[in-house]
Amino acid sequence: MTIEFGNPDRPNSYIGKTVPRPNAGRLVQGRGRYVDDIVLPRMVHVAFVRSPFAHARITGIDAGEAKSVKGVLRVFTGKDIAEVCTPWVAVLAHLKGLKSPPEYPIAVDRACWVGEPVAAVVATSRAAAEDGSALIDVDYDPLPVVTDMMSALDADTPVLHEDMGDNLAFRRLHEAGDVEAAFKSAHKVVSTRFRTARHTGVTLEPRSILADWNPAEGQLTAYHATQAPHMIQTVLAEHLGVPEGRVRVICGDVGGSYGIKVHVYPDEVATAAIAKIMARPVKFVADRLESFTTDIHARDHEIEARIAVEEDGSITAMDVDDWTAIGAYSVYPRTSAIEGNQVVNLCGGPYDFKNYRAQTTVVFQNKTPTCQYRAVGHPIAVAITEGLVDQAAAELGMDPVEIRRRNMFRDDAYPVTSPANMRFEALSHHASMNKLMDLMDYDGLRAEQAELRKSGIHRGIGIASFIELTNPSPFMYGIGGARISAQDGCTVRMDPDGSLVALSGVTEQGQGTEAMLSQIVAEGVGVSPDKVRVITGDTQVTPYGGGTWASRGAGIGGEAALQSARALRESILTVAAAMLQTEQSRLDIRDGQVVDTATGESRMPLEEIGRIVYFRGDTLPKGLPRELVQTRHFITSDYPFAFTNGVQASYLEVDIETGVVKLLKHWCVEDCGRIINPQLVDEQIRGGIVQGVGGALFEEIHYDGDGQLLNGSMADYLVPMAAEMPDMVVGHVETPTKESLLGAKGAGEAGTAGAPAAVMNAINDALRPRGAQITEMPFTPERILRALGVLKD
Amino acid sequence: MSEAFRDRIDITLTVNGEPVEARVASGQHLTDFLRLELGLTGAHASCEHGVCGACTVEVDGAPIRGCLMLAPQADGAEVWTVEGLTDTAAIQDLQEAFVAKNALQCGFCTPGMLVAAKDLLSRGGIPSRQEIREHMSGNYCRCTGYEAIVDAVETVAQARAGRGAA
Repeated sequence: MTIEFGNPDRPNSYIGKTVPRPNAGRLVQGRGRYVDDIVLPRMVHVAFVRSPFAHARITGIDAGEAKSVKGVLRVFTGKDIAEVCTPWVAVLAHLKGLKSPPEYPIAVDRACWVGEPVAAVVATSRAAAEDGSALIDVDYDPLPVVTDMMSALDADTPVLHEDMGDNLAFRRLHEAGDVEAAFKSAHKVVSTRFRTARHTGVTLEPRSILADWNPAEGQLTAYHATQAPHMIQTVLAEHLGVPEGRVRVICGDVGGSYGIKVHVYPDEVATAAIAKIMARPVKFVADRLESFTTDIHARDHEIEARIAVEEDGSITAMDVDDWTAIGAYSVYPRTSAIEGNQVVNLCGGPYDFKNYRAQTTVVFQNKTPTCQYRAVGHPIAVAITEGLVDQAAAELGMDPVEIRRRNMFRDDAYPVTSPANMRFEALSHHASMNKLMDLMDYDGLRAEQAELRKSGIHRGIGIASFIELTNPSPFMYGIGGARISAQDGCTVRMDPDGSLVALSGVTEQGQGTEAMLSQIVAEGVGVSPDKVRVITGDTQVTPYGGGTWASRGAGIGGEAALQSARALRESILTVAAAMLQTEQSRLDIRDGQVVDTATGESRMPLEEIGRIVYFRGDTLPKGLPRELVQTRHFITSDYPFAFTNGVQASYLEVDIETGVVKLLKHWCVEDCGRIINPQLVDEQIRGGIVQGVGGALFEEIHYDGDGQLLNGSMADYLVPMAAEMPDMVVGHVETPTKESLLGAKGAGEAGTAGAPAAVMNAINDALRPRGAQITEMPFTPERILRALGVLKD
Repeated sequence: MSEAFRDRIDITLTVNGEPVEARVASGQHLTDFLRLELGLTGAHASCEHGVCGACTVEVDGAPIRGCLMLAPQADGAEVWTVEGLTDTAAIQDLQEAFVAKNALQCGFCTPGMLVAAKDLLSRGGIPSRQEIREHMSGNYCRCTGYEAIVDAVETVAQARAGRGAA
């Protein structure tokens, strides 16, 4: 079975073309159906009372006054919910030593961060539920708080969870080669301290769930804004004591995820528990303050790192000491050790060197839990690596592009194993860099930069090569004991009118999953994409699968769709061959018609096969297989992860009087393997770049020393707006993976992985003549002025 | 919520060209009124403090944050939401351009974006890309990175000015 991907004129050539997204027309008309748009009979609303303290013992809850509010029906405490819902412990067996205490949907006797739920008020309207929660009187006994990352393990720092013994959640040291010897004998060593700020995803649609327990059927139905419906099904079943087959998770339109909606949240589980207790539909939609205090945070890292280079620019060693503070609990079930682990796995990724040491130290603190957010760990690892490489180049007086070319794995070197023990099947760093140089006219920009510098204009060019981990096998979560599927499936069905329905375990959050699946199925069977209806996000309907995260939708879900479509094509042709009394190998399906393969002459429309199979099966030979529904699953097996690669460049201007950075242009050349829909891939890259730029320039969650979150509103937590963002040029190199027929590797996170490093390097390129350097994100005007020595206090 | 917010007030307004009479809680904002009382779920509640623009609707010809306007303040007003603007084909070219350029991903910000873009385009002429970016900066999008939105608005401006194709 092969597809001539190289031939754009092949029949049904939809893979590789820009085709319209089937759901876009609905969304531009305001006909989306997000969770908050759903109204069910007897539905009630829940609002949560949340801890105003970062750490406090709960000594009493008085709900008397709240219950007198008109519309308030019930009040639940942590103890009430614990009677129907078991706590969870977010550890994974393969992350050795990772520990975290049991976490309850609503705090039982102790609150550990500002925003942790301590009671729930259920009412006939959200407004009444909020009125009621304002009147709940909770007695707190404040406890000592842990807020500083770097002193979390000090002897005189209080231990947050007594049963854990100390504040260390996880530590991993990886060492390859002889790092100390390499640093001793190096021509130059460059050391730098990096910091990436605590971010959150700011999905425009807040986290939302509508849970409905039907005791007559013994079934829990959850309409949920999630990226992993089957994972949520498993979790709700396990902790609410409902058989897994009696939990149905339906995920309709989702208003942005970026990793935020792939986790288990205490308030959402509590909502399902309350639905079970009250035997009626209960809706919870987070408000914006709740989003800031309870959506997972990410990227809160401090890093000391050094690199050793020879006189010719060869990298001989890297040494990374990464620290991250994950809040009060490891997040269930993916855990909060993965981000630090990724930093260890990904630093130095593009480069061929031998001596590598990296350690991540993951500590608890009294803040909102952190967990996986778009491009998990990548923006940190790429900033460390590319920041060091640029500084080494500057020390050596070498061009930043040249030092990269001297160290990147050769394009013909694969397969290779990195010093972090990552196995790369095939990457294209050099081809990508060459393409970038052409796209951006690197030499021309350098000349322009030099010319403008004469007139006091400080422009910078920043380059960042990167790798991106995609398509995880069970080595990511499954081997650690988490019931998170690495496999995904697709069922494709032909109906009597010759149209197709594809049911997939991967989900749509706006990236275009359904468009991607429709064009794969269209090509796989031989119809136009508008003949394919795609259904995702319903655990009772679609094949079991992992959902959409780690850029796995196209690579895993897409391959399952292609395999099932090809299987259906064979089934259709079996019937057609019998009807036409010819050999199956002489027939093909093109644009909804069974055709003669050699001549392309139409023999029969698919509707005719549908009519015969469904209504006149008596006319077919007895025993002839007529299975017009086919299901296939796909899982990677040759490599634990696929890797994509790419390189980004930022061109910007720093106003050295005000410290303001103006982005002028941004480029990205990336290799996501087979491109299924060029427009959707480019838009994933662009959206990802801007999310990365947000981290580089604006986004930072601030806490004070008492663990109070200081900027919990969109007016105070800055995200990129249209006026500040540049136009972006996106280019591609295509190195399909050989693990699948489709060859797609995934494109959802590359933009975010590389953008912060590119911006950082560009700012430092602009500041270098002034002797300034900045490595603490976000690069605010204040920090830039401090780096320049303009601000000193 | 103080008792004053619970007071109910009679209002009469026009929504999407249809007369509406309602008795609303004085503290209910326009977005909740449209969504909960009229079933017009196109405008979305997101930040609810006037920053993100996901709830933008047209009130008496101007783009308004539905979360910053109380329903009683809309008494006597003419309100248009994405549903009505769709039914009358008032922004059909803009909607088609958004789809063609993939100027939306999750779609949550899109109804508000469309109302904001309609306002800019109603001024006529062809705004520069930077002018489009400035005008659209009251509407957050976390998915697209904005470039495709700028492309879509620019395309429609050019088409409406009779230069270039939509």
